[in-house]
Amino acid sequence: MDTVFHSLHDFMLRTESITYILIVVALIGITGFWLFLSDSDDK
Amino acid sequence: MPEESATSGKKIFTPFNIVAGIILAVGGVLTILRFTGGLATVTNLSDYNPWGIWIGFDLLVGVALAAGGYVTSAAVYIFGMKKYHSAVRPAILTGFLGYALVVLALHYDVGRPWRLPYPFIVQQGTTSLLFEVGACVALYLAVLFIEFTPAPLEWLGFKRARNIVVKLTMLLTIFGVVLSTLHQSSLGALFLIAPSKLHPLWYSSYIPIYFFVSSIIAGLSMVIFEGALSYRFFKGNMDEEHMAEKDTLALGFGKAASLVLAGYFIIKVIGIAADNNWHYLATGYGAWFLVELLGFVALPCFLYAVGVRDRNVKLIRWTAAMTVLGIVLNRLNVSIIAFNYHLPSSERYFPHWMEIGISLFIVTLGLVVFKFIVTRMPVLYEHPEYKGAH
Repeated sequence: MDTVFHSLHDFMLRTESITYILIVVALIGITGFWLFLSDSDDK
Repeated sequence: MPEESATSGKKIFTPFNIVAGIILAVGGVLTILRFTGGLATVTNLSDYNPWGIWIGFDLLVGVALAAGGYVTSAAVYIFGMKKYHSAVRPAILTGFLGYALVVLALHYDVGRPWRLPYPFIVQQGTTSLLFEVGACVALYLAVLFIEFTPAPLEWLGFKRARNIVVKLTMLLTIFGVVLSTLHQSSLGALFLIAPSKLHPLWYSSYIPIYFFVSSIIAGLSMVIFEGALSYRFFKGNMDEEHMAEKDTLALGFGKAASLVLAGYFIIKVIGIAADNNWHYLATGYGAWFLVELLGFVALPCFLYAVGVRDRNVKLIRWTAAMTVLGIVLNRLNVSIIAFNYHLPSSERYFPHWMEIGISLFIVTLGLVVFKFIVTRMPVLYEHPEYKGAH
């Protein structure tokens, strides 16, 4: 985690990459969570 | 009106009245001290810490918890969820009292309170976020006041005036949502000016979004929490509609709160990633941040979901109380606990007991006024002459 950044580009590349991965995980996760949450509506 | 009116034939010396009376009496003395001796007499505020609990608790928490007004009226009048109609008036009343008390607390906190109207009449300073907050809070307080007036007008029997105000409902609701979106986020944006003072885990360029999204959670949870308390203490003032809708309301708002909490959790984690703040999580402040994020965001999100799935209204109500506590914790973290985190402990702020006393006084005043209104006006029941007419 204590990566040394030599330029703003380095910093942005790393943080944006992690953020994009998290967004994909979050979109899949929230879809699953919505199905879990709405499960009782179908019963 | 329900058969058991709380205004008739009651004891004056109830435990609530005695405790509230003592707090109000002490608060009255502290108020005199504040306005005769100045801020230094009753507070631990300093140039390092100009914002104490009167801002962190009374204002930031007060505004967030008063969000139930715009959340509920938007759900019912804009999104057409009429099944939650019975929750509108209590939510509007809580919102109105919340904002009124925020403005009252500001009079204590601001060094020269008589200058509070200056942004409107002397100098606007339109580039300042505080101007936006001030303008929105003042306008929204007026909107909430007008939105609530049908209840006292029905109580007083002013039919014509009441019918005119009811016709403005949709306009007022839209105005309320716009103003709330603006100032709930701007309260967070106030901290954008202090990137070196607020701990990086709480500081983020997304902080206005955090404040706005968390205000929706606060509003939803507060309506559930307040509904549970009203049912417990003002059952005699509730009509059949309120009784019948209370569980539907808890289930519906609990589901919404769970989903918004999930979204809030995601954007908080994305905030850490965007600023590369992962390494702070291993520090003491990181542990405290995780208590807030996991204990008061992720956990209530899960508990709400379980409560909704199992139709466990009791669990939803306890989770609402927990979420309200989480909102209090978040606002105190941002404004006090994680603020000036780099200062030595000798320079850190801890509220004077008189500051806490005045905050307690203001909350108690709100409870007393709330009780006075709901035991008299058609808030928890529909006025017989206007059943289904709004």
